[in-house]
Amino acid sequence: MHAAIVFLPLVGAIAAGLFGRWLGDKLAPIVTCVLLVASAILSWIVFFDVAIEGHVRTIELMSWIDVGAFEVNWSIMVDQLTAVMLVVVTTVSSVVHVYSIGYMSHDPHRPRFFAYLSLFTFSMLMLVTADNFVQMFFGWEGVGVCSYLLIGFWYKKPSANAAAIKAFVVNRVGDFGFALGIMGVFMVFKAVTFEAVFDATPDVAGQSFSFLGMNLDIMTTLCLLLFVGAMGKSAQMPLHTWLPDAMEGPTPVSALIHAATMVTAGVFMVVRLSPMFEQAPDAMIVVAFVGATTCFFAATVGICQNDIKRVIAYSTCSQLGYMFFACGVGAYPVAIFHLFTHAFFKALLFLGSGQVIHAVDGEQDMRRMGGLWKKLPITYAYMWIGSLALAGIPIFAGYWSKDLIIESAFVSDSPMGGYAFWLGVGAAFLTALYSWRLIIMTFHGRPRMSEHAFGHAHEAPRVMWVPLLVLAAGALLGGLPFLGGIMVYHGGHEFFGHSITILGENVIELAHEATPFWVKALVLVVAASGVAAAYIGYMWKPQIPGLLASNFRPLYKFLLNKWYFDELYDWLFVRPAMRLGHGLWKVGDGAVIDGLGPDGLAAATLNIARRARAMQSGYLYHYAFAMLIGVAVIVSWFLFRAWG
Amino acid sequence: MNELSLSDLQIVLPEIWLALAGMALLMVGVFTSNRSTRLITGLTLVVFIIAGVLVNSGLDGTGFGGLVVDDRFGAFMKTLVLIGAGLTLLMSLGFIRREGMERFEFPVLILFATLGMFIMVSANDLMSLYIGLEMQSLALYVCAAFQRDNLRSTEAGLKYFVLGAVASGMLLYGASLVYGFTGTTSFADLAIILSGSDVSIGAIVGLVFIAAGLAFKISAVPFHMWTPDVYEGAPTPVTAFFSVAPKVAAVALLIRVLTGPFGGLFAEWQQIVFLLAVASMLLGAFGAIAQSNIKRLMAYSSIGHVGYILVGLAAGTAEGINGIAIYLAVYLAMSVGTWGCILAMRRQQRMVEDIADLSGLSRSNPGLAAALAIFMFSMAGIPPLAGFFGKFYVFLAAVNAGLYTLAVVGVLTSVVGAFYYIRIVKVMYFDEPGDAFDRPVGRELSWVVGLSAAFTLLFFVYTGPVLDGAAAASQSLGLVTIGEAQSAVLE
Repeated sequence: MHAAIVFLPLVGAIAAGLFGRWLGDKLAPIVTCVLLVASAILSWIVFFDVAIEGHVRTIELMSWIDVGAFEVNWSIMVDQLTAVMLVVVTTVSSVVHVYSIGYMSHDPHRPRFFAYLSLFTFSMLMLVTADNFVQMFFGWEGVGVCSYLLIGFWYKKPSANAAAIKAFVVNRVGDFGFALGIMGVFMVFKAVTFEAVFDATPDVAGQSFSFLGMNLDIMTTLCLLLFVGAMGKSAQMPLHTWLPDAMEGPTPVSALIHAATMVTAGVFMVVRLSPMFEQAPDAMIVVAFVGATTCFFAATVGICQNDIKRVIAYSTCSQLGYMFFACGVGAYPVAIFHLFTHAFFKALLFLGSGQVIHAVDGEQDMRRMGGLWKKLPITYAYMWIGSLALAGIPIFAGYWSKDLIIESAFVSDSPMGGYAFWLGVGAAFLTALYSWRLIIMTFHGRPRMSEHAFGHAHEAPRVMWVPLLVLAAGALLGGLPFLGGIMVYHGGHEFFGHSITILGENVIELAHEATPFWVKALVLVVAASGVAAAYIGYMWKPQIPGLLASNFRPLYKFLLNKWYFDELYDWLFVRPAMRLGHGLWKVGDGAVIDGLGPDGLAAATLNIARRARAMQSGYLYHYAFAMLIGVAVIVSWFLFRAWG
Repeated sequence: MNELSLSDLQIVLPEIWLALAGMALLMVGVFTSNRSTRLITGLTLVVFIIAGVLVNSGLDGTGFGGLVVDDRFGAFMKTLVLIGAGLTLLMSLGFIRREGMERFEFPVLILFATLGMFIMVSANDLMSLYIGLEMQSLALYVCAAFQRDNLRSTEAGLKYFVLGAVASGMLLYGASLVYGFTGTTSFADLAIILSGSDVSIGAIVGLVFIAAGLAFKISAVPFHMWTPDVYEGAPTPVTAFFSVAPKVAAVALLIRVLTGPFGGLFAEWQQIVFLLAVASMLLGAFGAIAQSNIKRLMAYSSIGHVGYILVGLAAGTAEGINGIAIYLAVYLAMSVGTWGCILAMRRQQRMVEDIADLSGLSRSNPGLAAALAIFMFSMAGIPPLAGFFGKFYVFLAAVNAGLYTLAVVGVLTSVVGAFYYIRIVKVMYFDEPGDAFDRPVGRELSWVVGLSAAFTLLFFVYTGPVLDGAAAASQSLGLVTIGEAQSAVLE
């Protein structure tokens, strides 16, 4: 059964990918959908078996690499942490698959699209079921490749190709760190299975090694290297730049990969490696710092974006920041809790915005929307539910998880606790602001598109909006204490068992008990005022944002241009790399290698050939002279040697 | 001088047979005039076949007081000479009829040239060496100028004659020096005298002149200058003949002279051969690139091949001679085949000779194009074609003898050579087709080309006869003594 969960999507991918032509455009999507829904149902069964009954198990499929001390197996490890990921991945993926039947109905390459989606799901499942670093890396790279393929799915669009390449290259930076981390783990522990490494971790803690004259703590170094991988995959500052561009892909892809699953792989990894991170407090501080900073930064950028999907993309970036700083302060179960709820409401938001885009013929700019709420009542409702959950309004899923993250940061004794708390609160305000800005700009006000387009706008077909009920239910109810909330009961020990290690005092229990009332109230007030600000600024007094923008022009520009990260990278890496490449091409390869090598040799050869021909004058006396010279030279050679 | 004995006659039986048959055919021609050219050509081929039988069933030993020698080496080389002469004669049938060369003297001249080559290969004395060489050369001078009314042909004959005379003069001068400093012309006596520790510098200078005279015959650089002009100017069948039979004979003679009487001077002549080999390989490779006439290109190609052959000789070991023997056999097949293809390059009853004329041959005459492609790839030394094995054995011998420089230069020039060989293939297969060549190309020609192509292509499948013959030939020279002499010198 466990193997079926992982491999059914692979079967679907092979069926749609290799036999898509044979199955046809109609059947291929259906086959993949059926297989994924089956996989999702099995996942839920396993979830109850593992999480409720506590039947943790590892199934070894086969040996993969066995060289000396380096042993890697293909295996499926299902513990409580994996079980949560399994249901998140397969559920969202099923919804996205079914939704895509409607969304992609006009695309001529449907089998390819569904093959990629299923292959992605398979890779993601390999990632979360890994019991060793190497299989995890396999899944990690697999999702990276699928992400690349899906972002660039509309390969005729130059911007999509550029975005795909950008995502791949930026992730390469992170993967480099991850790979180094894995190598380091093998060097230190002589093993790559989680079990062996975690068992040996306490012995290694506190040891240090010397590198370039610096004395570095082994665990801190390893954790930071691995965290670089997580930063790349989960779009944390400064490796976040690829995520907004990745919105060039089809919207279901954004929902599945760039909101619910792949980008959370980094969070999952950090949580999975909690026994290591717990032994490296300095690395934890970095994690908290990066998470909190990204959380706030992305939210500030989100309020100035006009592309509906980019707003949600920055929102994702920001929410991932929440998860990371939760990890950083030691509240791993809460991070996973937020991952769980976020997957539902963020996928809902993305797919809802997909319905909007679908309705207005592919328009993504919110400045050319407006007034759509009467036309798209179901979508409108979905967006409200998703936004309420995202902004952390009570009862909705996001409230439970996000609130707890902020509280954990507040009570934590981590040096970054305060920093994370205040940035988290600020981000909560901004989150509410940009969420309602999105709703108001999209659904209210007068229509800012052509009459024709507005007249054409229509609710999405049933195959699209029905599956979203699942996500809406998750966004509504997923955080309730007796549903998703069980993950964080009593600090999460009960639910997660041995799959998460927390040393020292449990922050979550502390947060439950020791959070002062004003903190709880502050979070609510901040969220509510965010909503209010959006109403004031975008509904009742629409001139305010314009005034603000013109009065604080530098700040506005700064936010609009996403803190100039792209420009900075362009200046720092892209241009020098292009210059270096151009230089190596023109000078290094063209002038030096070609010049001295192929071209130069060819020219020299021709030159010699011409001279050889010129020697052949046709005159007898030249020929006789050459013969005599030849003899004379040889004779002289021997005479000089004999007498000299 | 001893009494003439029967065994002396047995030793030279093939030569006597050729001489008598040649004179008889001359008589037939004189009395039947030019009508019987075809008949005489056919008879000449029969004479060659019988000579081949005699060569391969003859005795081993020396005759006429040591003037001539007969051994496996000689038999192998003579067989190659006969095959080369016979095949080129066969190919020439169509050409001489069309080009107004149908005179009965032509096959007879070829026959006498072959007789001269036999004597060269059998030479065991400076006297017999010179007689054989001149006999061959005089017949070839006439052949080169055989199209008397063709300016290029007569020019080629004259150039060949004058330069050949210069070369003969050098050879004679060297021979007289050697005789003056040693007092003998017999190879056996020379070998004993020159392997002593105290060899006069005069004898070494004599060696240089003799080597120069022979290098002219094999067209090794810098004694090659006649080759492109004569190859281009001479009638094509004659050029085909030049490029195979005399080359085999001259190489055989060079090997016999250097390893026999001058075996003791190995250290000296190795330097000469080294120089000639490097210069020939380089010029053969680079000179050919700028050529547009395929006959000139083949001239440079043959210069390059001589360079590779000399690599084997420079090694001075039985292995090297073995490599040369294989190389010559392979070269013979490739060369005859290529010339056969060139003979088929006829358009509107006229011979064409430019490489550009081959363009698109793969479409107008795929069989011919395929055969020529096989020969070109083989000459470039691409495995598994025969040419690869020729190069392989000589380079192997050079490496085993420690001559890494030669092997490296050989491989590098092979790369350069591959350029112009493969360019021909490219012209045939990828360029826009021009007018088709005249069909049919002729029955004899098709057979010769087909046979050569099959040999070149399938050599690696059944190498037995050639490798065995070459091994026997190289063994019979008793080269071990050279190796010993060399190691003695080193010690």
